Amino acid sequence: MNVRKLTLCELKDKFMKGEVSAVEIVKAYFQRVLLVESKVKAYITTAKKDALVKEADELDFTLSKWRKTMPLMAMPIAVKDNICTKGVKTTCGSRMLENFVPPYDATVVARMKEHGYYLIGKTNMDEFAMGSSTETSAFGPTRNPCNLAAIPGGSSGGSAAAVAAELCVAALGSDTGGSIRQPAACCGVVGLKPTYGRVSRYGLVAFASSLDQIGPITKDVRDAAMMMQVIAGHDPLDSTSADVPVPDYMKALKENLRGMKVGVPLEFFAEGLDPEVELAVRTAIIQMQALKAEIKEISLPMTTYAIAAYYLIATAEASSNLARYDGVKYGHRAKEKGLLEMYMKTRQEGFGAEVKRRIMLGTYALSAGYYDAYYGKAQAVRTLIKRDFDEALKEVDVIVTPTMPTPAFKLGEKIQDPLQMYLSDIYTISVNLAGLPAISLPCGLSSGKLPIGLQIIGRPFEEEKVLRAAYAYEQATEWHLKRPGL
Amino acid sequence: MEISKEQVEHVAKLARLEVSEDEKAMFARQLSAILTYMDQLKEVDTEGVEPTATVLPTENVWREDAVRPSLPQEQALANAPDQADGFFRVPKILEDR
Repeated sequence: MNVRKLTLCELKDKFMKGEVSAVEIVKAYFQRVLLVESKVKAYITTAKKDALVKEADELDFTLSKWRKTMPLMAMPIAVKDNICTKGVKTTCGSRMLENFVPPYDATVVARMKEHGYYLIGKTNMDEFAMGSSTETSAFGPTRNPCNLAAIPGGSSGGSAAAVAAELCVAALGSDTGGSIRQPAACCGVVGLKPTYGRVSRYGLVAFASSLDQIGPITKDVRDAAMMMQVIAGHDPLDSTSADVPVPDYMKALKENLRGMKVGVPLEFFAEGLDPEVELAVRTAIIQMQALKAEIKEISLPMTTYAIAAYYLIATAEASSNLARYDGVKYGHRAKEKGLLEMYMKTRQEGFGAEVKRRIMLGTYALSAGYYDAYYGKAQAVRTLIKRDFDEALKEVDVIVTPTMPTPAFKLGEKIQDPLQMYLSDIYTISVNLAGLPAISLPCGLSSGKLPIGLQIIGRPFEEEKVLRAAYAYEQATEWHLKRPGL
Repeated sequence: MEISKEQVEHVAKLARLEVSEDEKAMFARQLSAILTYMDQLKEVDTEGVEPTATVLPTENVWREDAVRPSLPQEQALANAPDQADGFFRVPKILEDR
């Protein structure tokens, strides 16, 4: 049995039946890390092998006496480095937090611990999750396991690359404007951004608080459902987490789409969409029709303005959230005599160019004289974008679109041109503005052998339908079985 | 929308960011390009449209005002760049007389 080839659900089943031990699982993954991590660079921090093997050995011994298993027991899972892990460095891909060791666990991490998971590593990311390629990390870029010259997407590029390269069995990412779905599309894996409020943000380092959500990046749709079962639900420590019952996501998975109405928005198939991506997504839509879905053309006219609205709202929130990095409570501090000089120098030294650019943009949008014209206007446009989705989702159950306008681009291709980089988020961003759940799953390969992602968007708190649509499509195709030959 | 070097300096000061001469020129150029793109929002008629700050229904969330365990002081200070006697230590703010 090749442990690292198994999905989370398969590995869990074999472990529960006693067909594979915790030590075997842990050793297989460390072997893999030793072999390919130097090429991919998915991790900022990896777990200590000796300590984890010892823990696994003790677990195997305990289980030999007393067989009781939990859903994530002995499963090596990676966590994006902006999600707090008690006693394990959480850097956010920034010099500012290079040596930050959280004194507490994020709620999602605490829940995975209760379910017996193993932290295999903290994954690389764009600095403070600001980027679409993982190139803005202060610790160097991650590479796409499908093609090492290409970006893995971002900002959760490390998590997506780690899953694709079989450096972990599943991972957590965070998504503010597409940061789970876009890297999942680039690396040929599954990424789910839950409804805003579905998963607790407690312990997630804040970027744009009204848009951020934590979600799973996995090998297939079943695994995403299983991870959601663990992390979803109300948390009193996050006042924006919703007190809505968590359904049984596994039960929602069905192999057909009978009775389901699928919307295809005109605006998402316009200028700028790569022809290979369009063909793959249109083919997927035909396959969904063959699975008995009813396909309906819809229109989301306001989404044309999503990037402009998003990059004002997200940067305004970021400029406020990142004010906390002042060199006093934690993080980097510059050696300066005066307090104001210390603040300014600390932030100059601690933040990279993209973070500074966004803080500047956000500060400008909120500053006297510009607030109404930029921030206020963007918030009003957000209302109109949300209305478009509300109207469309009265007619259809889910909406299907490409995840990204092109396959993964080359490292270095867009890093000097921030606006071009922002435009690569065109299909994912409006979903965050409207607070909806959406998944990305593989639906094709480009002529350059790079994965193409299909995005399925649902109504608030209807992750079940999103997962069901994704699962039925996935099971009818073989894209999810393709792994990079590293 | 054109952003001048002086505006970059002003915004950087508001954001408590020291920026080099090179950065000032770069940010002026890049922010001008980005804000020019943002100007497309002006086409949208938002007369009478309520702004959305958050997608969730805005209701206050209450909890009991009860004493609960919190982080011990030494853990809360463990990541501080400088500390003394259970406090965060910062550069001097007031001048000596």
